[in-house]
Amino acid sequence: MQAIEVVSLTKRYRAALAVDDISFTVARGQTVGLLGGNGAGKTTTIAMLLGLLVPTAGKITVLGHDMARDRFAALARLNFSSPYIALPARLTVAENLRVYGHLYNVRDIEQRIRDLAEELDLGALLNRQAGQLSAGQKTRVALAKALVNRPELLLLDEPTASLDPDTGDMVRSWLERYRADSGCSILLASHNMAEVERLCGQVLMMKQGQIVDRGSPAELLNRYRRDDLEDVFLDIARNRQAEEV
Amino acid sequence: MISLRRIWGLIYRHLCLYRRSWPRLVDLAYWPILQMTIWGFTSSFFASRLGSNGAVTIGFLVGGVLLWETAVRSHLGFAVSFMEEIWSRNLGHLFISPLRPIELLAALILISILRMLLGVIPAAILASVMYHFNVLSIGPVLVLFAANLMIMGWWIALGCIALILSQGGGAESLVWSLLVGLSPFAAVYYPVAIMPHWLQPIALILPAAHVFEGMRAAIAHGVIAWDHLAWASGLNLIWLIAASLLFSHQFHAARSNGALMNIGE
Repeated sequence: MQAIEVVSLTKRYRAALAVDDISFTVARGQTVGLLGGNGAGKTTTIAMLLGLLVPTAGKITVLGHDMARDRFAALARLNFSSPYIALPARLTVAENLRVYGHLYNVRDIEQRIRDLAEELDLGALLNRQAGQLSAGQKTRVALAKALVNRPELLLLDEPTASLDPDTGDMVRSWLERYRADSGCSILLASHNMAEVERLCGQVLMMKQGQIVDRGSPAELLNRYRRDDLEDVFLDIARNRQAEEV
Repeated sequence: MISLRRIWGLIYRHLCLYRRSWPRLVDLAYWPILQMTIWGFTSSFFASRLGSNGAVTIGFLVGGVLLWETAVRSHLGFAVSFMEEIWSRNLGHLFISPLRPIELLAALILISILRMLLGVIPAAILASVMYHFNVLSIGPVLVLFAANLMIMGWWIALGCIALILSQGGGAESLVWSLLVGLSPFAAVYYPVAIMPHWLQPIALILPAAHVFEGMRAAIAHGVIAWDHLAWASGLNLIWLIAASLLFSHQFHAARSNGALMNIGE
């Protein structure tokens, strides 16, 4: 069974086609990168995977659950982190994690909070209000929230966007460890190509709502005859075909 | 399957919020106390001119204030708690959690009851101490009056939330003004019969108008106007179903047009 199975997924907003008939799978335990420029359709795709947005056509199956009919069963087993969605600023970090622990029916919340605090170095932040944290600290707290239910599938939207290199590296290492230890699947939308190269076994390249290329980072580098994914990204963004490069 | 734990999770979130925000706590009781002070003195003034009917006049006006605040606080408690999630940009997190819409609504109802009690109880104490009006003297039927007004507050709030889902944050202002705008037709301080004939049907489709007619009957004659209570309950049921259908429709529309991702503007 795949962690994510997307078949002919389409999202149309009146005249605008945001996602155009895409299909892909994410295997159990795999990390897949979702790359593309602004407006490529990444956020729309993730929103449909999370059930925030109803597709115009196509089918999404997450952890064996059809998202059109049984999304709450899937939502209990996955989680999401993005620096662009906030946690209540007036609540402390511990209170926020407790709230989401209840929402996800986590057993022994207090122990889970202690574990997350240790793993993500949040101990000193637990009793501080979320709104008083730096951008980097908020990102780590958002990641802790995303892990509170020990998700089998993690959707991450630019998880290290606002982190300094040191903290960013710590988070990447932690994600690698978490995936190895838990067998969690990860779908990662990022503009950080080094991060994608490091974490992802497969990459989906999106442009104008379509998946225009896919493969492992090594396959893409070889196909475009480039040394890093950033150049591959630019080739695709600027309409240079693999054979032209 | 509805989870009480998820409902408690959302209530806990709001309890934490109020624990840390004294302006929010003050706001709960400020307006009911202010209203009670103004209408209490006003009714005392009229009562002093009316002689033996004074106590009844005080009962009509002060009882009206207290019961109307029950509707207003329930409405605001429900709607503002939802808007807190918009203001804190937390709505996305909630809607990608396993929290069902019905659990969200149940939590909002319970939060609104807490907020209503924190707002109305101080005003009721003030009415008793300063104007010698004990709202409990209305009798056990008070519970039915209050329940009907709370339900009215909830369905109006549900309609407002549906509009916010449809129109975005721009519809927030309706939360503050809609119920207040209905107050002239709700017959809070005067009987429906005092209104022009063409206006009376509008008043009588509001459950509140029947509740206040019932309240006046209880205070003035000590009788329970079951017909008005039945009308209030029936109308509430109809309006609640209509508001629920509107909410359900707009929630689905918001999931279709992407509004859930962008609420706030």
